Amino acid sequence: MDKTVAVAGNSGPKVRSDCEIALEIRHNGGITIDLNSKVKALYGESIKSQCIDILHYFDINNAHLTINDSGALSFVIAARLEAVVNKLTATKKEFLPDLITENMVTTDRERFRFSRLYLPGNSPALMINAGLHSADGIILDFEDSVAPSKKDESRFLVRNALRQINFYGAERMVRINQGSRGLEDLEYVIPHYVNLILIPKCEDKDSVQRVENRIKEIQVKNGLENEVLLMPVIESALGIENVTEIARSSSSVAGIAIGLEDFTSDLGVPRTSEGRESFYARSRVVIAAKAARIQPIDSVYSDVGDINGLRQSVLSSKAMGFEGMGCIHPRQIAVIRQGFAPDSSEIEKSKEIIKAFEDAGANGLGVVALGSKMIDAPVVMRAQRTLELASRLGLIPDYRINNGTKKEN
Amino acid sequence: MAVKTVVNAAGRSVPLEINGTPVIPYKGVGKHRPEGKKYAPPVPSCADFPADGNKVAGSLEDALRKCGLADGMTISTHHHLRDGDLVSNLIFDIASGIGVKDLVWFPSASFPCNDPVIRYLDDGTINRIEGSMNGPLGRYVSEGKMKGTAVLRSHGGRVQAIQDGEVKIDIAVLAAPSADPFGNARGTGGSSACGVIGYSKADYMYASKVIVVTDNLVDFPCFPMEIEGNFVDYVVVVDKIGIPEKIVSGTTQITKSPDRLLIAELTARFLEKSGILKDGVTMQAGAGGTSLAIAVFVDEILKDKGWKAKFGFGGSTGYMVKMLEEGRMDYILDAQVFDLDSIRSIVENANHVPYPVFNAYNYHSKGNLTSMMDIMILGATEVDLNFNGNVVTHSDGYLLHGIGGWQNCLHARNVILPIPLFRDRIPVIVDEVTTLCGPGELIDVIITERGIAINPLRQDLIDKVKGSGLPLVTIKDLKDEAERICGKPMKPQFDDRIVAAVKWVDGTVIDVVRKLKQE
Repeated sequence: MDKTVAVAGNSGPKVRSDCEIALEIRHNGGITIDLNSKVKALYGESIKSQCIDILHYFDINNAHLTINDSGALSFVIAARLEAVVNKLTATKKEFLPDLITENMVTTDRERFRFSRLYLPGNSPALMINAGLHSADGIILDFEDSVAPSKKDESRFLVRNALRQINFYGAERMVRINQGSRGLEDLEYVIPHYVNLILIPKCEDKDSVQRVENRIKEIQVKNGLENEVLLMPVIESALGIENVTEIARSSSSVAGIAIGLEDFTSDLGVPRTSEGRESFYARSRVVIAAKAARIQPIDSVYSDVGDINGLRQSVLSSKAMGFEGMGCIHPRQIAVIRQGFAPDSSEIEKSKEIIKAFEDAGANGLGVVALGSKMIDAPVVMRAQRTLELASRLGLIPDYRINNGTKKEN
Repeated sequence: MAVKTVVNAAGRSVPLEINGTPVIPYKGVGKHRPEGKKYAPPVPSCADFPADGNKVAGSLEDALRKCGLADGMTISTHHHLRDGDLVSNLIFDIASGIGVKDLVWFPSASFPCNDPVIRYLDDGTINRIEGSMNGPLGRYVSEGKMKGTAVLRSHGGRVQAIQDGEVKIDIAVLAAPSADPFGNARGTGGSSACGVIGYSKADYMYASKVIVVTDNLVDFPCFPMEIEGNFVDYVVVVDKIGIPEKIVSGTTQITKSPDRLLIAELTARFLEKSGILKDGVTMQAGAGGTSLAIAVFVDEILKDKGWKAKFGFGGSTGYMVKMLEEGRMDYILDAQVFDLDSIRSIVENANHVPYPVFNAYNYHSKGNLTSMMDIMILGATEVDLNFNGNVVTHSDGYLLHGIGGWQNCLHARNVILPIPLFRDRIPVIVDEVTTLCGPGELIDVIITERGIAINPLRQDLIDKVKGSGLPLVTIKDLKDEAERICGKPMKPQFDDRIVAAVKWVDGTVIDVVRKLKQE
């Protein structure tokens, strides 16, 4: 064995709910632990016995652990310890914390994806309460928000988070890395009831199919059949050129997102607030997605402090046909959700249209008019969709489209 | 030496004697009604004071010597200069220089800037502190290093202890942002303005000797006076009584933490749905980030409904001032001032009135402001299955906070504690509080990010919010959820030695803090 010491996790004055573990594998002396923890009086013994159990599980009987703990929950400690064990041994075993029953749920292609909250994949403090903020989905991110040197350890953390954190009904998504690392990431999440995988920097249908195939392999190996949806993220000119084939690449694709930071960088232009440089690309994504009957999802709004700017951006997204946006901070969620939901004037207008339509039907009239305007079938259908959306969001009492094809909520 | 203890009405084992003086164990809410007269200070004579009204002494040391500073005396101070206080430590620098021993420091609160007094606890200048103990001071006491036993009282309990003669102040040393040579003083003006200095009221009325310390000596009369010169023995002028930026914040800020904002929003929704928030509401909310956020959300509701609050009791902040100035609050009654907007307002606005805790919180008086308030927002380090609250120790057993006005405020109509279910890994909702500071029968609603638990004694509130869509749970649900997430914590291990007593608002002993077992 070449290396005998390894470190994983984070510590420092600003770190919360995390720990840093240094493991030194030794040849004798049993297991010794130096624990420095702000919760030592309450959890010191349980942290030590947990670590000893995990080391024994990995057949390590002689080792020294140095733990700097800032109140890490037990699944975090387990992830950090497994990460250092993996750095030092070639173990094939996994130490899995219990899968909470709340997380054994599958998803539904049709559900709303207005707001999806990005969570850096190696920062437990941001994950623990993430589900409380009523985002439609949370995205545990392996890609841009994790430093290269931390990518390996984040896999154990994200896996344990999927098993242990109650996200209170948010759809549980993971953004994998690009290329082969991304395919390896799948091994750590697919067996743990992840609902949707985001495929970053997607440029062609092959990359979607590679992900889909790997997911199937992992599922077969683990005897799983739950549906895992896909959301390719378009972040380059080539991706935009191929967006139609990407949108149709698999029946698992539930939506297509656009990432504007990378896209504008690929164009070699700055990203502006008015977004003229990306208007065409965003429209392409919307049209390709609508044509494939999947959800077009807009890029994140990166100025967390500018709530008014965000509000404007949401309204323009909605006007273009997007059905959701990413969030990088919980305070963005309510604004985005509100923005994509129909407002009261839209709801009132839709009610009037439906009423006029129904009255016309009852009176045996073929032509429907509201005031001086003629109402044709697409207008009625759009009004029906608006009311159904409002009803699913709890803004109005139950409303269901009565053509027999639409489901209940 | 073993101390004789009994089990009090809250089931806590407490001593019958503290620092050599008999004490009364807690009997229950509203059960202890002492008889007799209030304590009174010695009778002074004008003949002993300069006819021209000039009481300026040469220095603080000079004044302390003239007041007869001696071993075993009780020295009181107020905390309006907060973490910018330059006066309190100076008293003990002088006392130590003179060689005085075994003093009792009786502050209305202490701050991190007072940590240097640990030196004087070590060298015997100070025997004990009877007042709030934060940070390193609390740690020092919890480790059993203080010679005497600390006594923790609420702001109102401190007034009660002074009036009932439980604490006899020998010398009150009262910092004042402005004062005249006669001793009239106020909290505004000068470079160390703190707005009000009402915490000193019981001190200057009941202390044997009173020294006013100022860095802004003004001509007689210093008006409007909060300290009346007729009670003052000496006036001392120093270069600086405080560090301005540590006395008040430039602006107080609502929390940016999304989790705390969530709790604040849930609290505002609860207040609205329960009908507690109404036109003419009376309320108090602190200056903590979550409380401020609640005040902002409440203000939005008032604005929407076209309602206004009758009065708000401060700790005033710019947020309250905004409500006052925009016509959504009739009065601010103010015990302390937290930011520059509030200082401006209290100077300019006749409806922003100093209102000392002396009048608002003292349980041995003819009624309290607190029981007239509809909304009381408070915090806690721990709450247990019986809704009992702890504010002085953390779950690890360390004494880390003062009681402040917390116990007094429990008498409000609706006591609401917006608190996180756990802090890092430390559960806030527990089986049994480490230290009992407030009986659960007075705590009505616990609002966490993971659900709202209403005290079963408040069936009226439960009925009002039923079916409102609010996430209602039981306190047991909350405790179980905290333990599911954090794991079941161990209890801290204590020695027998009592390091601090916690007094209830009526002066009885509700609980004690014991020395932590050292590893």
